[in-house]
Amino acid sequence: MANTTTKTGAVMVIGGGIAGIQSALDLAEMGFYVYMVEKGPAIGGRMAQLDKTFPTNDCSICMISPKLNDVGGHINIEILTLTDVLSVKGQEGDFSVTLRKNPRYIDMSKCIACGECANKCPKKVKNSFNENVDTRKAIYVEYAQAVPLKFSINAEECIYLTKGKCGNCQKVCPAGAVNYEDKAQEVTLKVGSVVVASGFDVFDPTVAETYRYSQWPNVITSMEYERILSASGPFQGHIVRPSDHKEPKKIAWLQCVGSRDINRCDKRYCSAVCCMYAIKEAVISKEHDQEMEAAVFYMDIRTYGKDFEKYYNRAQDAGVRFIRSRVHTLTPEPDGNVTLEYIEENGERKAETFELVILSVGLTPRLNLKKLAENVDIDLNEDGFIQTLPLTPINSTRPGVFACGAVNEPKDIPSTVMEASAAAEAAGRVIAEAKGTLTKTRTYPPERDVKDEVPRIGVFICHCGINIASVIKVEEVVEYCKDLPFVEHCTNTLFACSADSLGKIKDAIQEHKLNRLVVASCTPRTHEPMFREALAQAGLNKYLFEMANIRDQDSWVHQKEPVKATQKAKDLVRGAVAKAALLEQTYQTKMGLTKEALVVGAGAAGMNTALSIAQLGYPVHLLEQTDTLGGNGLKIFSREKDVRGYVRNLIQEVEAHPLIKIYKNTVPKSSHGFVGNFDTVCKGPEGEFTIAHGVTVLCAGGHAHKPASYLYGENPNVLLSLDMDELLASDDQVIKKPGQTFAFIQCVESRDTDRPYCSKICCTHSIESALTILDRNPEATIYILCRDVRTYGFREKLYQEARSRGVRFIKYCLDCGKPELAAGPNGKLHITIKDHILNRPVLIEADYVTLATGIDPTPMREEIVEVFKGQLSAEGFLFEAHMKLRPVDLATDGQFLAGLAHYPKPLEETIVQSKAAAARVATILSKEFIMVGGVIAVVDPEKCAVCCTCVRACPVQVPKIVRNEKDPALRGHAYMEPAMCHGCGVCVSECPGKAIKFQFFTDEQLLAKVEAMIVEKKAKPA
Amino acid sequence: MSDFDPKIIAFCCQYCAYNAADTAGSMRLQYSPDVEIVLIPCSGRFDVILALKAFESGADGVYVAGCLEGGCHFLDGNIRAKKRVAYLQKELKAIGLEPERLAMVNVSASQGPQFAQNVDDFTAVVKGLGPSPFKKKLAA
Repeated sequence: MANTTTKTGAVMVIGGGIAGIQSALDLAEMGFYVYMVEKGPAIGGRMAQLDKTFPTNDCSICMISPKLNDVGGHINIEILTLTDVLSVKGQEGDFSVTLRKNPRYIDMSKCIACGECANKCPKKVKNSFNENVDTRKAIYVEYAQAVPLKFSINAEECIYLTKGKCGNCQKVCPAGAVNYEDKAQEVTLKVGSVVVASGFDVFDPTVAETYRYSQWPNVITSMEYERILSASGPFQGHIVRPSDHKEPKKIAWLQCVGSRDINRCDKRYCSAVCCMYAIKEAVISKEHDQEMEAAVFYMDIRTYGKDFEKYYNRAQDAGVRFIRSRVHTLTPEPDGNVTLEYIEENGERKAETFELVILSVGLTPRLNLKKLAENVDIDLNEDGFIQTLPLTPINSTRPGVFACGAVNEPKDIPSTVMEASAAAEAAGRVIAEAKGTLTKTRTYPPERDVKDEVPRIGVFICHCGINIASVIKVEEVVEYCKDLPFVEHCTNTLFACSADSLGKIKDAIQEHKLNRLVVASCTPRTHEPMFREALAQAGLNKYLFEMANIRDQDSWVHQKEPVKATQKAKDLVRGAVAKAALLEQTYQTKMGLTKEALVVGAGAAGMNTALSIAQLGYPVHLLEQTDTLGGNGLKIFSREKDVRGYVRNLIQEVEAHPLIKIYKNTVPKSSHGFVGNFDTVCKGPEGEFTIAHGVTVLCAGGHAHKPASYLYGENPNVLLSLDMDELLASDDQVIKKPGQTFAFIQCVESRDTDRPYCSKICCTHSIESALTILDRNPEATIYILCRDVRTYGFREKLYQEARSRGVRFIKYCLDCGKPELAAGPNGKLHITIKDHILNRPVLIEADYVTLATGIDPTPMREEIVEVFKGQLSAEGFLFEAHMKLRPVDLATDGQFLAGLAHYPKPLEETIVQSKAAAARVATILSKEFIMVGGVIAVVDPEKCAVCCTCVRACPVQVPKIVRNEKDPALRGHAYMEPAMCHGCGVCVSECPGKAIKFQFFTDEQLLAKVEAMIVEKKAKPA
Repeated sequence: MSDFDPKIIAFCCQYCAYNAADTAGSMRLQYSPDVEIVLIPCSGRFDVILALKAFESGADGVYVAGCLEGGCHFLDGNIRAKKRVAYLQKELKAIGLEPERLAMVNVSASQGPQFAQNVDDFTAVVKGLGPSPFKKKLAA
C-alpha cells in the first residue's frame, strides 16, 4: 500500500537525559524513528552524575546504564551529540529542523576509547562532570558508561586548537581518530513532532553572598557532594571535604538555596527535589560513617511522593537531625570548619560549628534555554521554564512541540519519566498515521550452533565501581574462578554494563570461542536482557547466559563481613558456572496479539488513558463499576482552572469516540493470559462476559479519607476538602457573609503511624480554597493549621500569595500536640493549638473548619490485585514495576497503572501518568507480533504416561493430551502450546514421571547449581 | 546456640522473593551471609529433589520463598510449594534430619525488611540445630 500520509513518521527529541531517553525509547517502540539531539558529547544527563536515588537508594548509574545502552543500541534511535538546534520550521506533522553539529575532533568510527590520548594530553582542565571538584584532560570522555563511548576534544582548552602547538593526542592515537580539521556542519532533518527535554541547571550559589560559596572550599553544593559520594567521583567515593581531604565528622545541609527565595535571588518556586536528596545524602553519609553527625536546616520538609515520608522517618530514626530554621550567618574557622548561626523556632539563638556545609541548591532553567526556546519558537514562563498549557503540562505553546521533565518545572525522576512517556504519547499521536513509515528492523549475525561443542565458559566479574569491590575481593574471586570446570576465560571489569565492557564481552566470545557466558554483578531482573542482547550480537544463542547476583544479594547486604561476602561470591559464581555448563540453546516463537486495551476505572485517569489509546488508533474497553463516568474529578473545584468542565468535556469525548466501548456498572471478575493475549471475565448488568485484550491499564482510583476525629459527621460546619469545594462551586452566600472565620486543619489522620504517607495535594488544595474565599470575601479571616507546607514546584507561588494576603499559617507537630477541636457557643467551632512562636496555646473561633484528610487507596484494591495478580504497597496503593524508572508499568508484562491507584497526586499529574500509560500501551500494541516461549515447559512424549497430573496442576489450563504424531498407534501424550505456557514450572515439579523439561531451569541445571554452591570446587577435568 | 557458619540455600521465586532480596539490597539491610539464593521462576517450580540434593551436598538448611499467599503470579504455585515442603518435612525424619531444617516463607517484592528478617530468623533456627548430620558423614 502506498504511503499517502503527508506526515513524517520521525520525532526529534532534544536532550539526552532521562527525560529524553524515556521519550525516545517509547517513541521508537511505538513505531517512530527518533533523532536524539544532545548538546554535550554523551547522553545520560544529570542522572548519570547522581550517586544514589531516593527513596530506594538504588545506584543511579546502574539504573540508567541499561537505558543508555538501549538507546545507543536501538536501531530506530539516532544520537546526534555536540549538536545545537538552530531552527524549527514548518508545522505539526511536517517540521524541518536545522541543526549545527559541532566538531568533536575525533572520528567516532575510528575511536576505540582506549584513553591513550588522555594519558598523553598535557592540558588539565576542570572536570565539569565532577562539578569541577577535580580535573580532567582537554581530550576526554565524560564518564565510564558514556554513550557513545567516544573521546572528544574541548576546543577552548586544547593547546593545539588554541595555539597550534602540541598535537600529542594525534601522535599517540593508535586508531588515527584525531582530526584537528573537523568543522561544524549544518544539517536539516524532517520530523513530524518535537520533544524538548533539555533539562535544568543547578543554581549557582555564588550570587547568594550569605553562603560564601565561592570563598570557602568547605561550603559546597549538593551536586558537588553527589560527585564526592560517587564511586566514580573525584575521591572514588570516599567522603572527604575539599580543603584538606579530611573525613568530615559533622555535616550540615542548608535547604532552599536558590529556591523559595525572592530576597537574594529571583527564585520564588520550590525546586521539588531538594528535601529528598538532602535526606538521601545525609542517610548515605551516615551509612559510610555511623559516627558522623548530619543536620538538615529547613523551612518545610517536603517529602510528598510515594514512600518519601517513610524515608524521612527512617532518616530521623537513623539520627539525622532536622532543624526548622534559616541559617542567617556563616563564619569561617581557621581549621576549615564553618560556624552557622541560626535562630530556633522558640526564638533561641544558636551557633554551631560544622566540618562541611552542603548547600541544597535548587533547579533553574538552563542557561541556553532562552536561546533554544527562540530557535524552537516556543514560549517560556515568568520563571524561565517552558510555558506549558494548563492541565496538559507537556504541551508547549506551539502545536507539535512537546516538553517534558525539569525543563517545564523542577521535578524528580519518576515524575520526569512519566512526563517523558506522556510526551511520547503526544508526539506520537499527532503523527499516528505515519507510524512505521520510517522505522528499520534489526538483523543479527547468524547464530553459531554450539550444541555439540564442549562448554567453553567466559566469566566476567564486575566491580560495579566500589559497590561490589569495596566489600568483595574481586581479584581473588577472579583467580578462584579461573580453574572452575569448563571456564576458559575469567576477568574482572569496573562496570560490566558499560558499552566498552559489553564490547569486550563480545570480543572475548570471538577470541576465546566461548559458548557460555557468566556475569557476576547485579541482579538479572534489570541487567539480564542487556547481556543476552550482547550474546545475540556476538552470534550466540541468548539463553547461553547466567548471572550471579553478587551485589544486591551479597556486597550490599554483607557490608561489614568482607571475608564471608567474598566466600559467598565464590559460591554464587561456582553455582552459576555449574548451571551455565548445562545450558542449552533455546528459542522463542512469534505470536500474534489482540490489539485492544482494557482500562479499569473511568475517572480522570481511566478516561484519559482510554482516550489517548483510542487516539493512537487502538480499540479500548473501558470498565466502570458505577453508572457514571468522571470519578473524583467531578467533585473538585479549582480557582485556577475549570476542572469540572474539563471532566465533563472528557466524558463527552470518551463517549463519542468510536474506538472506545464503555461498560458501566461492570467489574472484572477474573483475568487470564499474558501480554498480548489476555482474557478478562467481567460482570455487568447483563451478566458475565469475556473481553479479549492485549494490555491492561488499572486506573481504579482512590478517595478522600473520612476521619473518625475532629467532629466529622457530627458538626455540619466541619467539612472535608471536597465538601469545601462543593461550597465554593455552588457559590454559596455562606462564603461572602461578613466577619467569618475559616480554618483548615492539614494532615488529619495523615502522615501518622496508621497512614505514614503524605497525600501530596492537600496543602495546595487548602491554600487554593483559602485564596478563593479571599477572592470573594476579602475580609474573611483564614487560618491554616499545618505541619509542613508542601506546595512543591510552582505551587509555592500560591503559598506566597496566601501569606501576602493575610492567610495565617500556624504550624503544629505530632510531638508538641495536634490542634484540638470542640463545638463552642453560638455555633462556633473552637480550635486550640499551641502556637510555635508564642509557645503557648491559642484559641481560634471558626465558623467553618475544613479537614485536609488526604487520599485513601480504593476499597476495591484487594479484588483488583487478586483478579490481575498485582501487588500492593504497605499503604494499599498498587506497586509499580520500578519506583524510579518504570512508574507506570506493573510487574506483569502488559499491565500498566495510572492515577490515584498508584499514589495520591494532583489532576495534572494524573493526566500525565494516563498519557504515559497510553504510550507504554502503544509500545506493545504497535507490534505485529510478540516473541513468546523460551523459558517454558516442554513434554518428552517418550516419558509421558498420560497421568494428567500436569493438566490438573497447570494454573492456566495449557496442557492437553494429544495424539502421538510419530506413530498414532502408540498412546498419546501431554502437550503444552509454547505460546500459551507462562513458564511457572509447576507442572515440571508435579510430574511424577519427570517427563516435563523446564527450559533454562531444568532439573539437571538446578541440581548442578545447588550442588556446586554447597560443595567446594572440584578440580577441572583434564 | 552452637557457633558455626551454616550453609543455607534459599529457593526464591522471581516475582516476589528474589525481588524482595534485591529490595533488601537496595535498602542496604544487613543480614546473615550464610544464606545463598537460587533463583527459580515460581516457588511452584520447587521440587523436593532440589532440597534433597542440597541436603545431600551438605546444606544445613533449605528454605523456599514465594509470594504472599493469594499473590502468586501463577495462582497457586506457592501453595503447591508449601505442600511439597510440608510433605518433605515429614520425610526428612526418616532419613535422619530435623524437619526444622526445611521451611517455607512468603514475602512480597516490596518487603525487603521482611526478607532480611526471614534470613536471620531461619539462620538462627539452623544454628540452634547445629551442623547437618550429613555434613559430618561427608567429612568423614
